[in-house]
Amino acid sequence: MYMLRRVFRSGIAGLLILGGFVGASTAVQAAEEVNVYSYRQPFLIQPMFDAFTRETGINVNVVFAEKGLVERLKAEGRNSPADLIFTVDIGRLADAVEGGVTQVVHDATLEQILPAAMRDPEGQWFGLTQRARVIYASKDRVPLEEARALNYEDLADPKWRGKICTRAGDHEYNVALFAAMIEKHGEAKAKAWLVGLRDNLARKPQGNDRAQVKAILEGQCDLALGNHYYYALMLQNEEQFAWAQAANMIFPDQAGAGTHMNISGMAMTKSAPNRDNALKLMRFLVGDLAQRMYAEQNNEYPLREGVDPSGLLESFGTFKRADQSLAAVAKLRPAAIRMINEVNFNAGPSS
Amino acid sequence: MSDAKAAVALGSRRVGTEGLWQIGGLLIALAVGLPILAVTWLAVFPSENIWPHLFETVLWDYIETTVRLMVGVALGSAVIGVGTAWLVTTAEFPGRRVFQWALMLPLAAPTYIVAYVYTDLLEFAGPIQSLLRDMFGWTSARDYWFPEIRTVGGAVAMMTLTLYPYVYLLARAAFLEQAGITREVSRTLGAGPWRTFWRVALPLARPAIVVGVTLTLMETLNDFGTVDYFAVRTLTAGVFNVWLTMGNVGGGAQIALVMLGFVVLLILLERLERRRRRYHTLATRHRRARRTGLGGAARWAAFGACLAPVALGFLLPGGVLLKNAVLFASESWSSRFPDFAINSLLLAGGAALLCVTLATFLAYAVRLRGGRILSSAARFASLGYAIPGAVLALGILIPFGAFDNAFDGWMRDTFGVSTGLLLSGTVAAVMFAYVVRFFALSYGALESGLGRIKPSMEMAARTLGEGPTGTLRRVHLPLMKGTLLTAALLIFVDVMKELPATLLLRPFNFDTLATYVYQFGSSEQLELSALGALTIVAVGLVPVVLLNQAVARDPSEVI
Repeated sequence: MYMLRRVFRSGIAGLLILGGFVGASTAVQAAEEVNVYSYRQPFLIQPMFDAFTRETGINVNVVFAEKGLVERLKAEGRNSPADLIFTVDIGRLADAVEGGVTQVVHDATLEQILPAAMRDPEGQWFGLTQRARVIYASKDRVPLEEARALNYEDLADPKWRGKICTRAGDHEYNVALFAAMIEKHGEAKAKAWLVGLRDNLARKPQGNDRAQVKAILEGQCDLALGNHYYYALMLQNEEQFAWAQAANMIFPDQAGAGTHMNISGMAMTKSAPNRDNALKLMRFLVGDLAQRMYAEQNNEYPLREGVDPSGLLESFGTFKRADQSLAAVAKLRPAAIRMINEVNFNAGPSS
Repeated sequence: MSDAKAAVALGSRRVGTEGLWQIGGLLIALAVGLPILAVTWLAVFPSENIWPHLFETVLWDYIETTVRLMVGVALGSAVIGVGTAWLVTTAEFPGRRVFQWALMLPLAAPTYIVAYVYTDLLEFAGPIQSLLRDMFGWTSARDYWFPEIRTVGGAVAMMTLTLYPYVYLLARAAFLEQAGITREVSRTLGAGPWRTFWRVALPLARPAIVVGVTLTLMETLNDFGTVDYFAVRTLTAGVFNVWLTMGNVGGGAQIALVMLGFVVLLILLERLERRRRRYHTLATRHRRARRTGLGGAARWAAFGACLAPVALGFLLPGGVLLKNAVLFASESWSSRFPDFAINSLLLAGGAALLCVTLATFLAYAVRLRGGRILSSAARFASLGYAIPGAVLALGILIPFGAFDNAFDGWMRDTFGVSTGLLLSGTVAAVMFAYVVRFFALSYGALESGLGRIKPSMEMAARTLGEGPTGTLRRVHLPLMKGTLLTAALLIFVDVMKELPATLLLRPFNFDTLATYVYQFGSSEQLELSALGALTIVAVGLVPVVLLNQAVARDPSEVI
């Protein structure tokens, strides 16, 4: 009984503390600020936010999450504290626009710096960096010349049966690539291609892009689909250096339409209580400094022309980029994902 | 319950207070069930009907994989949990006293972290396969066969290893609770130890085991981290596929409801099981049976059988984490680490307290008046445990946002003042998510804890003039200390590990240990996440040890 009373008393004390804790964490900060919802991982974007705060004195508050931020914006409606939303690919940007949680921004700086294909024609979203969907080819088993001639279409060629690795079909990077194939070839041809690719898989799609390159080292596959910056990441990692060394990174389709590019991007939310600060942050992120940081720290291709990519990026060489409209690709994502289910891509080659 | 009703009749002059209990109970059940209602609402109004498409393509795959996973985890955790519980309760062998609590340890480790560790160990480039290749001169994966970890079988193994302690905890409590005399009588009547186990002990412990297995299965359904990492296509994976990639929240919610169908089935089975048994503990002190001393080979077989789950579920992954935590200490340390830990502790402690308080209220309200509506509402409120965390978070975002905006609109119209968002994006929303998610753990515990208290106890109290509240305070609560503690500790450990709802609902610049670990884990920088993961495990150890003591002290008070 005594013990119980004690438990209750400390319980009540706990609740009081918790009350204070709830209050403290929701207290509105008086300082200049801008609020960000981010699908991008913190370590990729925090350094730029810190630089922005140093330069302007404006605090950047962030919620990082992997899922559901668009839904959070929808639920919060006109009272949402968020000013900006950041994504790692065109898909989520399109979701945000479609969900009606973004607003049109017309800004001479942004429009002047960003190429037209890398921002929404209506001003709903803006690209920040570009990432290439490349092919990793085994140095030992795929002659460099042959690898360099590869395009995405070749991945369905039966000569690669049992030799290709990729992550899950419904991962956003693959979905965007498959949608781009639909945009390029139409649904029927794209589907036949996807069936061919599925049949060529060495194993059930799994792991992240890095894991695919590792599988090349391990001899499980000869070709793998992945994003380009993983090559840089692996080269800079003691343990993973050997993985990268096992593969050549190939920019596909150089004789044709060019390599498929996706973007990381941003949009201003409809509610945006700190509109001016948000615009300042947007301009800052397409500025020289931030773009250079992106290139150097994340090894993504800067969207701002004239910014030198990092030394490492330069060592990858220049290449032809597909100039597909990302807005068009984004619209085909539902078709792509239906196709992925229809061919049961994720079940792997046995299906 | 009819006994309880008789008790109520005795104290009819206090019916007024009981009415309040019932209304209060109903309100609690409704509040906890609110997110489930919101998800149902989403499912009823999808933006686009994707069922024909899913039906023709991947739905059956999802269902088949889910069933295989559930059957595997159920069998695995039942065998390990019951087997080890039986051994440490009835046999004497080296290390028994340590295993008694050590068998609980794997509960402290998040399943997806254990999955990361094993993938690193067992994959082609991992140390084990590399060693095998060196030893036998194999060069590529085509030269030999090695079990693939990223499969349904692998997921079953990971979940069994981290979830069997639920079954162990409950089975052990049940075995301890069976008065030793039952077993001794069985032995005296000529039954051997095996026969006693199968014919006497197991049937008596069955309800407890079923509850434990149900808990593991609800966790299994909820898991996304592991199945995603292993590319195992369960219904949970399907929810996210439809919601995130197809951009169809309604469709995702529909699949979530299919999952709830599984759970309702489970709960019905469990209720059916429980209904057959209703006995109230008579003795306050049990006579413990003497443990059988095992000889020779059997001693070491028992030792090995208990060591294996502890070693595989805790020591080995814990060791790998410890190694990485030390090697990468400077890179993974953040000066905000203590803040994260404090956030985690406060949230876990607060959620445990809230869950237990609300569950006590509701379970007691059901006991006082029973009634189909109230008890159904209580069961409905327990479903949150099986909904994937991110979907549950959606179910909270939507009503909270609607309330905030409606209230704000009304204030603007009436007083010209904007109140903004009162609930959305606050720690309160995160806390609410935990209560909804883990309410089942506390309600199940409290309900069965109350069930073990003889109605004659409260009849006596009520006859002597005590009201329902006083009876609860002075009779039931003191009798249920252990149950309350068990429930609170289980919730505490689970909140420490919770990730998806925390990520989505938290305020700006707010992190817990779990979200901090996730930052590194999601970018596959597992080495860097080790320190945080280890801290979660370490903090989780405290309740695990406390839990063990509670069981040993009085097994009748555990769930």
